[in-house]
Amino acid sequence: MNEVILFALLTLGLLGTVAAVILYFVAQKFKVIEDPKIDLVDDVLPKANCGGCGFPGCRAFAEALVKSANVNHSLEGLNCPVGGNDTMKSAAAILGLEVEEKDPLIAVIRCNGSKVNSPAKIDYDGPSTCAFAHNLYAGEGGCPFGCLGLGDCVVSCDFDAIHINPETGLPEVNEKCVACGACVKACPRSIIELRPKGKKDRRIFVSCINQEKGGVAKKNCAVACIGCSKCFKVCPFDAITMNNNLAYIDPIKCKLCRKCVTECPTNAIHEINFPVRKVKTETSEETVETKKTMAVSHDNSNENPA
Amino acid sequence: MNQFTISGSPHVHGEESVSKIMYTVVLALVPAVLVSTYFFGLDAVRVLLIAVISCMFFEWVIQKYIIKGPVTITDGSAMVAGLLLAFNVPANLPWWIIVIGALVTIGIAKMSFGGLGRNPFNPALVGRVFMLISFPVQMTSWPVAKPLFAEGLTDAITGPTALGILKEGVSAGKTIDQIMADPAMPNYIDRLTGNMSGSLGEMSAIALIIGGLFMIIRKVIDWQVPFSIIFTVFAFAGIFHLVDPSMYVEPTFHLFAGGLMLGAIFMATDMVSSPMTISGKWVYGIGIGLITIIIRLWGAYPEGISFAILIMNAFVPLINNSLKPKRFGVKAVSK
Amino acid sequence: MMKSLKTFKIGGVHPEENKRSANAPIQILPFPKQAIIPLGQNLGAPSKLLVKRGDEVKTGQLIGSGESFISANLHSPFTGKVSKVDDFLDSSGYRRPAIVIDVQEEDIWEDGIDTSAAIKREITADRQTIIDTIKSCGIVGLGGATFPTHVKLMVPDGKKAEFLIINGVECEPYLTSDHRLMLEKGEEMLIGIQILMKALNVEKAIVGIENNKPDAINHLTELAKSFDGIQIQALKVKYPQGGEKQLIKATLNREVPSGKLPIEVGCVVSNVGTAVAVYEAVQKNKPLIERVVTVTGKAVKKPSNFMVRVGTPVQQLLDAAEGLPENTGKIINGGPMMGKAITSTEVPVVKGTSGILLMKTEESRRKTLVNCIRCSKCTTVCPMGLEPFLLGKLVKMERYEDSMKERIMDCIECGSCHFTCPSSLPLLDYLRLGKQRAGQIIRSRK
Repeated sequence: MNEVILFALLTLGLLGTVAAVILYFVAQKFKVIEDPKIDLVDDVLPKANCGGCGFPGCRAFAEALVKSANVNHSLEGLNCPVGGNDTMKSAAAILGLEVEEKDPLIAVIRCNGSKVNSPAKIDYDGPSTCAFAHNLYAGEGGCPFGCLGLGDCVVSCDFDAIHINPETGLPEVNEKCVACGACVKACPRSIIELRPKGKKDRRIFVSCINQEKGGVAKKNCAVACIGCSKCFKVCPFDAITMNNNLAYIDPIKCKLCRKCVTECPTNAIHEINFPVRKVKTETSEETVETKKTMAVSHDNSNENPA
Repeated sequence: MNQFTISGSPHVHGEESVSKIMYTVVLALVPAVLVSTYFFGLDAVRVLLIAVISCMFFEWVIQKYIIKGPVTITDGSAMVAGLLLAFNVPANLPWWIIVIGALVTIGIAKMSFGGLGRNPFNPALVGRVFMLISFPVQMTSWPVAKPLFAEGLTDAITGPTALGILKEGVSAGKTIDQIMADPAMPNYIDRLTGNMSGSLGEMSAIALIIGGLFMIIRKVIDWQVPFSIIFTVFAFAGIFHLVDPSMYVEPTFHLFAGGLMLGAIFMATDMVSSPMTISGKWVYGIGIGLITIIIRLWGAYPEGISFAILIMNAFVPLINNSLKPKRFGVKAVSK
Repeated sequence: MMKSLKTFKIGGVHPEENKRSANAPIQILPFPKQAIIPLGQNLGAPSKLLVKRGDEVKTGQLIGSGESFISANLHSPFTGKVSKVDDFLDSSGYRRPAIVIDVQEEDIWEDGIDTSAAIKREITADRQTIIDTIKSCGIVGLGGATFPTHVKLMVPDGKKAEFLIINGVECEPYLTSDHRLMLEKGEEMLIGIQILMKALNVEKAIVGIENNKPDAINHLTELAKSFDGIQIQALKVKYPQGGEKQLIKATLNREVPSGKLPIEVGCVVSNVGTAVAVYEAVQKNKPLIERVVTVTGKAVKKPSNFMVRVGTPVQQLLDAAEGLPENTGKIINGGPMMGKAITSTEVPVVKGTSGILLMKTEESRRKTLVNCIRCSKCTTVCPMGLEPFLLGKLVKMERYEDSMKERIMDCIECGSCHFTCPSSLPLLDYLRLGKQRAGQIIRSRK
């Protein structure tokens, strides 16, 4: 019996040793030489592998950063939206470079065609994806630019930052958003835009992308932009441009003075996270749901926002 | 004002549905249920009821409380699994073993993979093999068939199946003639009609074939799978019998003894775990037939079809990837 | 006794035929007060606008021209005044550019159009004149695909046409417009076929008709005796026999290679309605301004076939068929297998509208979705030999390249897979999306 055990031990031990030696030499021979900096940079990245930087995964982004540092001596054009300025600073430090601070961005839903504002005229039956519905028809409310509410954006988000509000039928973005851009690509109607978060998390934007003539747009949705240009005329900073019956607010030029918000006759322009006004806002005949301030508590003092 | 519905084409649908398919299978099993009740009496009813009710119960519990999704026990698939599970066990199996088998069938082989349509292995067979390996004694003590109105037989007589007798005899070195002469071996008529010992579903080949033809006519199963299995077993066994009749029994013995008919007609044809193309089904059936007969002739177990089907289930994804249907407008060779 | 009828080999399903309007003769539909004529009524580029607000137009006058290679001319179906040119809802579900005409009751025909009813038998035009006339008269395929016919007749260099196949199959359930056309305009159709044969320089034409139209088969067989080279072929009833690849396989047993056109096997396929339109264009110089439309459905009081001028709103047809039934849940432009559900009855009839089908509310919604049970019925019924369950899964996972390897671009979107699936999987929806995305990838590679 002892012989058997001894024999087994020796044979397997010898096999194991031989295998280990072979593997060691093979590993050495086929080793991939990598710049050691890639590992260091990779360590400071958030490891979300979301693709927001435009590269397939954090490792690939680390490689791109190191390559750019070696070849161009700068990190121009490379940005990790998830990690933001902190991550980029750490990565730049490892590579011995400087990188400029960028304003954080956030996804913004440019449609307010809720179930109340744009009531359903047709009943959709089919798979719950916006991509299908977009090919099939203009939408339950009738606006061919409006949100279909079936949630392709929700499915695409890796950060649990966007959800469909069942009451309005529209998506809502919460503070977890890192502006990776996945929802922007997922939306077949390009309703979502990445805009700067703004000072104190405040921003103003036109919540509509309808390019139809005013009368047609208003027929389908009570809060559509009708292209009347009133906001354009009142803006003191030239931040608004009119194109194809649609107003657009440039986020860089906009100084958040809020004059356009009160001017808009259909309440199509939204202000996020501002203190509630004392002055009564413009009301219209129909019941209008406007997006209220987001669920982030803010100090409601009478600060002058400009 | 009418609010119209909009959806993509087609706007009409055929008559097919999952429930219809499942309940057609249940109907096809009715002749075999009747036969097994005839031979095993109330024991058969007991086993069938326990198996079906436990399977449906476990599916309900798992869907409602664990997955917390929609409950679909009325689509008939749990009932089919329960019936097939019952057919794979002896009529005197203790109730708690059946319940454990049902838990393995539904919980492990079906639900843990994602429910209906997602299981790679045939659930009833997984349950059966689990019980066979965990409780070998209880799973291999078959009661002798006691036809309902026969006289002079007492309860609790157990005996080996025809295949069991064959395997023992071959291991002991006997010739075929000697094995067939053994008084415990059921004669030809008994094997055909099912008057022998075995699991509930291994009884009458005729009842199973009737069920199979019914399913083929109703287009619930394709004929290729059962036919290829049966034919392969017959041919392989036949060749060996011709070569050495003293070592290898004649091929119809293999057709009617054991679970070949049940396996070929009801278990291998499970849609979820079988290949998608006709050519794939041929390969699958031939593979099952070969493995079955090899296990029967030379393996340690007397019956091989359960293992054969499970082994071929593992090959199904490979078969699906390699054997594609005939494409329109593409010359034979390429995919 | 009965030699079994020909049909295509792979796949196919048998939806309920419901040919309720088969015995309703074609009625001329009264004109609407206002007509909406979309500029994009054919496959390919929309027509270029030639009129403006306030213009007076005559019936048959050119109002839109086909500028690019695959495009067609558009003619005014009515006499009247152009009241506006704007975007209007059409059957795509979106608003598209259209010409609105305030219709005058009496037709004033454009010069040069022969409006007599007499049948002109002799074909005097030569091959090039035929093709030019078909082009100038804006003839497109009336089977539903609306491919410009003159483009189809231009056989590419290196290929030769041997057969003209005429689709009289009408495999879609409910629709009977082609059936009535064959019965009531059989002779015009056969002359049209001869014209097409001359344009293609072929000597043989086969008209495929499904066996559920025995009166049409007999009538045409009788008439075809006096026409050289035209054979009437009865076919077994199976959907989708009207698909051109399936039709060629059924009539000639030739398979069009994957990714190629019928001309590869020497065939050109056209619809019976197109043949009649070609007759009217070449023999009477009449442009394509009207077509037969079936109005049908289980709840429709009077299933009918109407000769409708293009641009007529659907509501007009419903009024003539004794109104929109109470519990209508869905209105379909076309047949139930490939037609498009429309969102309002103000949508106009266009060149490709073969029928208006009204579905009751109880049959308008799909059945509940269940997991795929891998029954492989979709694979069995696919007429192109594809595996819809696999393609659907790949599209869902956004693996478009892999779906192209599995030949998603061969899909003819017939809907047989979706129709058969016991789990009610929305297979055709995924296939359409996959084809669209795969098509984008292919185009971006070029």
